[in-house]
Amino acid sequence: MGNVEVKPVERRERTFWEKTYVPEIAKGLAVTMGHFFRNLSPNKERRQTFTRQYPEEPTHYPPRYRGIHRLMLREDGQVRCVACMCCSTICPANCIHIEAGEHDDPSIEKYPQTFVIDELRCIVCGLCVEACPCDAIRMDSGRHIPPYAERGEAFLDRDLLMEAGGLSMAKQGGER
Amino acid sequence: MPELLIELIKILVIVFGFVMAVASLMTLLGDRKQSAKIQNRIGPNRARLPFIDSPLAGIPHFLADGIKMLLKENIVPDGAHKKLHLIAPALVFLPALLGWAGVPFMDHYCSGDLQMAPGYREVCVGGEWKNYFQIMNFNAGLLFAFAIASVSVYGAAIAGWASNSNFSLLGGLRSSAQMISYEVSMGLSLAGVLMIYGTLDLNEMVRQQGYLIWDWLPRWGIVVQPLAFFLFFLAGMAETKRAPFDLPEGESEIVAGYITEYSTMKFAIMQLGEYAATVFIAALIAILFLGGWQASFPGLWVVNAEGVRFLPWLSHTYFHLPYAALIGLRILAMVIKTLVLVWLQFMMRWTLPRFRYDQVMVLGWKILLPLSLANLVVTALVVAII
Repeated sequence: MGNVEVKPVERRERTFWEKTYVPEIAKGLAVTMGHFFRNLSPNKERRQTFTRQYPEEPTHYPPRYRGIHRLMLREDGQVRCVACMCCSTICPANCIHIEAGEHDDPSIEKYPQTFVIDELRCIVCGLCVEACPCDAIRMDSGRHIPPYAERGEAFLDRDLLMEAGGLSMAKQGGER
Repeated sequence: MPELLIELIKILVIVFGFVMAVASLMTLLGDRKQSAKIQNRIGPNRARLPFIDSPLAGIPHFLADGIKMLLKENIVPDGAHKKLHLIAPALVFLPALLGWAGVPFMDHYCSGDLQMAPGYREVCVGGEWKNYFQIMNFNAGLLFAFAIASVSVYGAAIAGWASNSNFSLLGGLRSSAQMISYEVSMGLSLAGVLMIYGTLDLNEMVRQQGYLIWDWLPRWGIVVQPLAFFLFFLAGMAETKRAPFDLPEGESEIVAGYITEYSTMKFAIMQLGEYAATVFIAALIAILFLGGWQASFPGLWVVNAEGVRFLPWLSHTYFHLPYAALIGLRILAMVIKTLVLVWLQFMMRWTLPRFRYDQVMVLGWKILLPLSLANLVVTALVVAII
């Protein structure tokens, strides 16, 4: 049996007034009453309540919040995606399913015929956005992924993803 | 017959219109809303009454709670003593209401002309005093209040024993130990007050608190017995079994103490009994130490039969008050004092952590008891000398 190391902790002797509890209770009451009256004040700016009345008041997300995906558009309204498969390759949850099709315009070559994201599998890591070479997929829609009643509703297809899409500031195709 | 009717009206108004209303509203406003404000939350505001599109400060929640309590399944544990298990909630609840029999909400009604006699005594000229604002007027009101407060130990102890559960039994034992310990210092802290007033009649005590020292300071209990006020406040809080003295419930140690095995309205009655006891202690403190129905405020204004006098240490001019206004002011003063004290007790509840069991006993026997004895001795000396 080895010796057990015991470290005696110095305890501060309580003063007389601390033993009577009275000033300490008064201090505590001052803190709680401060909160109480501040949160009752008619000026709502002074209140400290953190509660958000959720369904009535929208939740405020930080600017870089990763919400539901969206597919960005070209200037003519077509999808920016060129079906390079970078996102579906890097996706750790394997939730992006792309089937490429040949585009009529020879300068574009490929476009996604189907582009389905299974939001139930998505782990919201944002790697697809990082991997995308042409700024076609983003997660900055500002909406969180809603609850789904049926599994089928969680498969978001290309047109649905494009509805929230917008124009990108990046130049499509880059320098040639 | 009219007397019987007046008695009935008094009982209905005081018990249902004041005590039950305040106690049940406290379950919501005191416990849930007030704690929310202290903890930077909003508190319950989702329940709505039909056709009223406003949260109404969360009041519908307490109606919803009542309905929920009524509709829940009544569970009596195996091996419980069925009869005692059934009557224990009533034994907790009854004393909390019975005590109100002696609480005066106003001086007796004077059917003649209310006048001021020398020595600040109010006399009724050409009429008689009629007891309209106190359920029962008798000269041992304080003793009655104490006797009733002690009886409520039985409810908790029986509830703990009859439930056939170790948690309940521990809670019952704790509550009886705690209440008996604090009853001692509660009674002793009041002995000094009794010596000064020389009466056990609660209404007479309040009357005497209308006397003025140096012609401006009302002789409130807190003025002549400040230490006793603190002792009584502490012991009274311990007596109501609310935090920081809520060891009998102690949810982190013994689930819910003596109410562990109670469900439905029996549970609600137990809880309401505790709230009613809180209101009762607040009323008792108001009567004994804060001038009861006396509408004066020390240093700011004095209200008595002659009228109202502002800044009494400067001016001596009374503005006349009609008798009806005086009655209204006094009832209002009593109600406001009680509500403020209830609020303060809830404030303490949400400020302080729960005492450990040994700390409660040390506080009761080693601190409060010697202090109240010392207070008694000093008061006795001073009274004997003066």
